[in-house]
Amino acid sequence: MAEQGKTKELLFGPIFDNNPIALQIIGICSALAVTSNLNTTVTMCIALTLVTAFSNFFVSTIRNQIPSSIRIIVQMTIIASLVIVVDQFLRAYAYSISKQLSVFVGLIITNCIVMGRAEAFAMKSPPIPSFIDGVGNGLGYSFILLVLGFARELIGAGSLFGVPILTKVTDGGWYIPNGMMLLPPSAFFLIGFIIWGIRAAKKGQVEKDTFAMAPNTRTSEAF
Amino acid sequence: MSAKNDSVLKTFTVALLVCLVCAVVVATAAVMLRPVQEINKLLDKQVNILMAAGLYSEGMDVAQAFESIDRRFVDLESGEYVDMPESYDQRRAAKDPEASVRLDGKVDIASIRNQAKVAEVYLAKDEDGELSKIILPIHGYGLWSTLYGFLALQPDANTIAGLGFYEHAETPGLGGEVDNPKWKGLWPGKTLFNEEGELAIAVVKGTVDSGAPDAQHKVDGLAGATLTTNGVNNLVRFWMGENGFGPYLDSLNAQAAAEQMPVEEPVEDEEVSNG
Repeated sequence: MAEQGKTKELLFGPIFDNNPIALQIIGICSALAVTSNLNTTVTMCIALTLVTAFSNFFVSTIRNQIPSSIRIIVQMTIIASLVIVVDQFLRAYAYSISKQLSVFVGLIITNCIVMGRAEAFAMKSPPIPSFIDGVGNGLGYSFILLVLGFARELIGAGSLFGVPILTKVTDGGWYIPNGMMLLPPSAFFLIGFIIWGIRAAKKGQVEKDTFAMAPNTRTSEAF
Repeated sequence: MSAKNDSVLKTFTVALLVCLVCAVVVATAAVMLRPVQEINKLLDKQVNILMAAGLYSEGMDVAQAFESIDRRFVDLESGEYVDMPESYDQRRAAKDPEASVRLDGKVDIASIRNQAKVAEVYLAKDEDGELSKIILPIHGYGLWSTLYGFLALQPDANTIAGLGFYEHAETPGLGGEVDNPKWKGLWPGKTLFNEEGELAIAVVKGTVDSGAPDAQHKVDGLAGATLTTNGVNNLVRFWMGENGFGPYLDSLNAQAAAEQMPVEEPVEDEEVSNG
């Protein structure tokens, strides 16, 4: 029973309670780059979840054999190999999407989430929980990306998965797309709103100020 | 445990084993998936060729459409067709010193440096088997990157049927507008050569004055992307010029003239021989 509760926590904890993007603020770069439409977003989510899960699994499997002096590079090698394999599969079976994702599949290697979970969790835990932890963090990442992708494609292009939902003015409809949503900065604003929303609902995630703001600071005091 | 793991021998063994296993996994994936990837690449290129020629529509059967398109090889210097193996790759040949020529700085306006001696051309046929489009690969330097694309011509080897780039890394929103369907739509109908037979096609800064006498050779430049515009201008002029497909276009014209002469003007022919 306790075992089950733990699995559930590993799997769903990272979605709201300990979200890698919203709470730990890592993995932002790809969240900005690939979310302008849902097709690439979903592909990226699947790719990252697979890589995180399997890298956690393999790192955990050999964790007792890894010398601590080279542990980071061993993790990197495993992650990089998995990413290349995923990239090769995408090129073979989803060529146009892989062309759009271009370097961002390769950049999963440097995604802090993958590396962070391997170092922080998989090095200390048995393979199966590590695998589940990887899937959980992948889901946490996917949750934010899907929300972003949904909002950006709907508002920016009036479509979802490339299927027109709101008829654009250029096609004789009423909707004037907001082009800014297709540009990377819009993802920043949206992530900000999501973090605000999650922290408003779960007060425990609000960070303490690292220093107290002095009242009534005058310009002359700064010098 | 950690002390045992940290010995030099153990460190090397683990590093070596991890590398070996990962190398095998990566190599296997790459080799196993290569055939499928090659098919995808070819399909992508074919789609781009069809798009440049204006023959592409969403969801069409590309392989079937390509049955009416012949891939031929042209020796650029003589403009004659040559036989090459099916696996010939123009981009690879440009890097091979034996299969390419190094261009002199003065003629190399497209900044491509090395040019393959033999180029691919694609000839599209209509239902009756008549030549309907000539599709020529072109490339050259823009602002940041080499632009690769296709220029499609009508059978008169003078009127442009379409232009499209399938690979480039120009600034999105500025130079990247070479992909804009509206801008690409400016090309069809323009003609390469003026009445004196000189190469007159050009991409100009700003908007073309439609009343000007040479308007049919001029295409609007891209706003805010002067260097990409210059690049496109140079590469089109280079490839349609005497160092590019010029000789080939001449030979096509000569061939067309030779074919048409006896059919269209048999009477005149007789008169000439009588006279």
